[in-house]
Amino acid sequence: MGDSNYSKAYIQALIDELKTSKIYTDLQCAAQVDLAKPTLRLSELKKGVLNGLVNSGWDRKLRNAIYRFLQTNPKLQAPTPPPEHLKEPLVYLRKAQQSWEKRILKSLNSMCTELNIPLARKRPEKDQKEWAQKWTELGIDGPVRIEKTEPKDASEKDLSQIRPVYAPKDFLEVIIGLQNPNYHGSDTPGFYHLWGIVQVPLKVKDIDELRLQYSDMSINQCQSGIDDAQDIPSELFEQERVKLGKKVISANHGPLAQEFSKKGCPTSMRATLWCQILAIEVDEIDILYYEQLKTNVLQHELLVDSLLYKDVKLTATNDDQYFVFEDFLYQVLLPFSRDTHVLKHFDYNSASPPKSYIRGRLGMEEFAVNYPPNGVIPFHGFAMYVAPMCFLFKETITLYYVFREMYIRYFFRLHSISSHPQGIVGLSLLFESLLQTHEPDLFFHLKSVGCHPLKVAFKWLVRAFSGYLSSDQVLLLWDRILAYNSMEILAVLAVAIFSFRKTNLMKVQSYNAAEAVLADLTTLQVIPLIQLSLFSK
Amino acid sequence: MSKGTKVPGYMQGKGSRNPRGIIGDREIRYKCSLQNTILDVLRGRPGWQEVPGQNNIQPNVNQANPKQAGQQSTGQQQANTGKSGSGSTTQGTTSGYKGSVRNPQGPGTQSAVPTRLQGDGDWDFYWCDREWLAQNYDTMFLYEHQKILHFRNHYELTRKNLMVKNLKRLKKQTERELGKAEGQSFEFFPTTYELPSEYHIFVEEFKKNPGIIWIMKPAARAQGRGIFLFRRLKDITDWKKGEYQPLSDPNREVPETYVVQRYIENPYLIGGRKFDVRVYVLVVSYNPLKVWLYRSGFARFSNTRFSLDSIEDTYVHLTNVAIQKNAPDYDPDKGCKWSTQQLRKYLSAKHGVEAVKKAFKGIDNIIIKSLQSVQKIIINDKHCFEMYGYDVLFDSDLKPWLIEINASPSLTASGKEDYDLKFGLLNDLLNVLDLENRLTGKEKRVGGWDLLWEDGPILADDGNMECAPNGTTASIPNSFLGCHNERKRQLRELYTAAQSIKKS
Repeated sequence: MGDSNYSKAYIQALIDELKTSKIYTDLQCAAQVDLAKPTLRLSELKKGVLNGLVNSGWDRKLRNAIYRFLQTNPKLQAPTPPPEHLKEPLVYLRKAQQSWEKRILKSLNSMCTELNIPLARKRPEKDQKEWAQKWTELGIDGPVRIEKTEPKDASEKDLSQIRPVYAPKDFLEVIIGLQNPNYHGSDTPGFYHLWGIVQVPLKVKDIDELRLQYSDMSINQCQSGIDDAQDIPSELFEQERVKLGKKVISANHGPLAQEFSKKGCPTSMRATLWCQILAIEVDEIDILYYEQLKTNVLQHELLVDSLLYKDVKLTATNDDQYFVFEDFLYQVLLPFSRDTHVLKHFDYNSASPPKSYIRGRLGMEEFAVNYPPNGVIPFHGFAMYVAPMCFLFKETITLYYVFREMYIRYFFRLHSISSHPQGIVGLSLLFESLLQTHEPDLFFHLKSVGCHPLKVAFKWLVRAFSGYLSSDQVLLLWDRILAYNSMEILAVLAVAIFSFRKTNLMKVQSYNAAEAVLADLTTLQVIPLIQLSLFSK
Repeated sequence: MSKGTKVPGYMQGKGSRNPRGIIGDREIRYKCSLQNTILDVLRGRPGWQEVPGQNNIQPNVNQANPKQAGQQSTGQQQANTGKSGSGSTTQGTTSGYKGSVRNPQGPGTQSAVPTRLQGDGDWDFYWCDREWLAQNYDTMFLYEHQKILHFRNHYELTRKNLMVKNLKRLKKQTERELGKAEGQSFEFFPTTYELPSEYHIFVEEFKKNPGIIWIMKPAARAQGRGIFLFRRLKDITDWKKGEYQPLSDPNREVPETYVVQRYIENPYLIGGRKFDVRVYVLVVSYNPLKVWLYRSGFARFSNTRFSLDSIEDTYVHLTNVAIQKNAPDYDPDKGCKWSTQQLRKYLSAKHGVEAVKKAFKGIDNIIIKSLQSVQKIIINDKHCFEMYGYDVLFDSDLKPWLIEINASPSLTASGKEDYDLKFGLLNDLLNVLDLENRLTGKEKRVGGWDLLWEDGPILADDGNMECAPNGTTASIPNSFLGCHNERKRQLRELYTAAQSIKKS
C-alpha cells in the first residue's frame, strides 16, 4: 500500500484517532523510558529513541493500531461526501432502512404498552445486590424469577409473553420488496428483470473474481480444517502449519496473522490469531470498562434484556452444542447492550440507533437518548453471533471484546439494508446470481416449484451460519471471514450447499420438501464444499 | 428357588435340540434380555435370528409396573448380588418373576414351576442381564462358539468398594515390586474408604484434613441413588442414626455397604458446569488381557452451575442423567450431553493438542490399571465378554479421575445423536466379537473400536498410515478416544482387506 493512495484528510483523521487513543500515551511513556537510558547519546537522540521503541516492540503495536484503523474506516473519496453517504449512498435504500427501523420500533413500543413494561427502569437496591451475586449464573432463573422479589409488578412479567421483535423471515420480506424507483422493470418482466427474488440491481462479483479473491483456498493448497484431520499423518501438513503458526503469533502483527489465517487457524491457535487480527489486547482499562458496563446492567433494567434472555433461551439453550455456555452469553450480551462504543459503527452503518425520549418529552431532541444505549435491537437469533466464540475464550472479557469487534466490523451488515457488497442485500444477490449461473437447472427447478432458494438460505446468511453448522465448522468459516476481511464467503458456501444436495433438491416438489432436504447441515465440512463450488468447475 | 431344581444344560435331553457346533453357513441365533438399542442392533444384523420365546419376548406386565419389579429385585437380590439392576432396562431379575413370564399357562403355579433352561445351546449369542448370569452361570454348559455378556464376577470392578479395594491392592503390589514412583500412576482415584468396615480409618483421615468435602455413595446402587455430600462428621453420625440403621431395619440383615470418598473440589468446568465423561471399554478376555476402547462417547453436564457453597444441592454435583432427570428445570430435549469428539475439540482449542493428548493418555492408564487390578480375580471364560462404561472426571488441571465403572451402561438412547452413538457402538462390538468369522483376528481397529491392550500395550505403528497422530510412531499408543469415528468407511476397508487376505 503506497502512502499516496490516502488523502490528506484521511491521514489527518488517522492521526487524530491515534492521538486520542491509549497507544499515544503509551508510546510517549515508552519514549521517555528510552530517553532516560544512560547509553543514549544526545547527538543520536531521535534515532536512538526510535530504535529503542522498535526493539521494545512498540512499532508493531503502532502498526497494528494503524492497520486496525485502515480496516474499519472506509477510504474517503475526495471531495468528502456528506455523512449520510457514508452510511448509504443510495437514497431509496436509505429510506427503506428507515422505514424498516420504524417498523421495528413500532413493534417494540406496542409490546411495551401491551405488557405494560417500561423500556428501562432503575432496579431497586435489593435486586441490584441479587443480580451482582447471580452474575455468573444468570441462566438459572432468568430475569423473571429474580424479579419476583419485587411484589409490585412481579405477576405480569413473564418471559413467555416476550417475543422476538423480528426474525430473519420478516426481514427477508422487506428485502424482497425493495425496488429501485429509477428503473421500470417491475411492471413488465423485461430485459432488466432479475430472476431471483431480490430485485435490487447491485454489482456483485462473479465466480472469476471470487476465485482470484480466494485463491489461497484453492484445492492444491493444504488447509487447516481438512489436511490436519486426525487420521492424516501430521508430518504431511499439521506439524509445519503449527510451527509456522507459532512464528506468526510471536510476531504479533495483525496483517501477518490475517495472511496466515487464509488457510484456516489450527484449533489451539485460533483464539490468539483472532485477537491479533482484530487488534484486541485486553488491558486494565478494558477490564475497567467492562466492569462499568456490568454495573450499568446491575443498576438498570431494560426491556432489551428480556429480549436477549428470550433469544438465548430459544436458540443457544436449546442447542446441543451451546447449552453449556448459556451464562457466558448473558455476560456478553447484557453489557453489550449498554456499550456506547458500539454507537460509533453507525457512522458507516446504514442503520441508525433508535431514539427514545424521556417521559413526557416526546419529540424534543434535547431529551432524546439512544435506546438501547448501544443502538442495536436484538432479533431472533442474535445470540448466535456470540455462541461459537464461547469455544475459543475462557475469560468472558476477551470474549466480550472479540465479539464487539466482530459485530462492528462484520455482523451488523447482516441485518441492515445497504448497498454495501457485504451487506445482506449484496450477499443475497451474490447468492442468487452464483446459483443461477452455476446451477441453472437447479435454480430453475426450485423456482418453478415455488421454492426460491434464497428463502431457505437467507436465515443462514443472516446468522453467518451459526447454529446451522457444527461449531467447529462455523469457526473454520469465520476464520476465512476474518482472513479475507469479507463476508462474501457466506454466499459462496450457501451456493455450495445447494450444489452438494442437488440430487435430492431436484426431486422436491414443494417448499417444505426443499426445506427438509436442507434442514440438517451439521454433518457438512465447509471448506471442501467451498473449494468444490469455487474451483472445481 | 429355581436354582436348586435347575438341570444343567448338558444333562438335558440332547436329542431334542441340535447341538450346534461352530457356525458355518447357518444363521446366528441370539437372545437378548433388553428392549432398547441392542435389540435393534441385533435385529438389524443380516443373517442373525432371534431365538423365539423366553427372555426376548417383551413381557408387557414388566413394562407396566417396572416399579414393582424393581422393588422385588432390590428386596431379594440386594443381599447376595448387591446389584439392584439399572432400573427399567433390566427385567426378569428374580427367577420367580421370570417364571410368570415364561409360563403364562399357569399363573397360579408360577413359583412352584421350576425354571427350565430351554437349552443353553439354542443360542450363539446372548445379551443377558447380570442377574441371569449370576444365577445360571454355574450350571451352564457353553459350546465353543457361544458368546455371552458379562463375566461371572464382574462386580469386582463395578461395585465401588471392591473396585477401590482391588486398585489399592495392585497399587501396593506395584509399589513393592517397582518402587514408589511407579505407584504414582495409580493416583487416579480419590481417597476412599469402605463403610462400615473401615469407619475408624476414615475418621482418622477425616480429622487429619478438616474442612474438606466428602462424598458418600452406596456401594451397590446405580444411577446416583443415595449419594450425598458432607463436610462435618456430625452430618454422617446424624445420618447413621436416621436413614441408615443397620440393626433396627428388619429388611436388611447386613448393613448396606457404603464408600466414602474425598470429593474432587476443583472439577474442570465448562460454562460453569461440571461434567463427566463416559468411556466405553470392551474386554474380550482377561487372560491374556485384551481390551478395546471405543472412540466415541459423551460428556454429561450437570444442569446447574458448580459451586461449593451449596453442597446440599445434589443436582450440581452429580452428573448422572438419571439424577438430572429429576431436576426441576430439566429439559429432555437438551439432553445435557456433548459428544467426546466435541469435548476433545473444545479442550484442544483451550489448552492445545499436547495437553489434551496427555489428559486422554491418563484415561488409557485408568482403564488398563483398573482392569489389571482384577485380572487375576475375574474368572476368565472365553465365552464371556464385557462392555464397561467408565465414568471419568477431569479436574481443573485436566487430570482424569476415575469415578466409577458400570458393567451395564445404559443403552437406552436419549435422542437421535445418542441413538446413533449407541447403535454404532453395539454394532461394532458385534463386529469385534466377529461371530460371522469375517476378520483375520489381527485387526487393531474394527469400526470405532481400537485395540488398546493385548497382554501389553498396542502401538499405532508401522504402515498404518491413517492412525499415526505424529511423526514418532514408535511410542504412540493405539488409542483414539474422541477422535474421528468414521466407522462405516473403516469397516468397508477392513472387510475388503480381510477378504483378500483370506482368499490368498
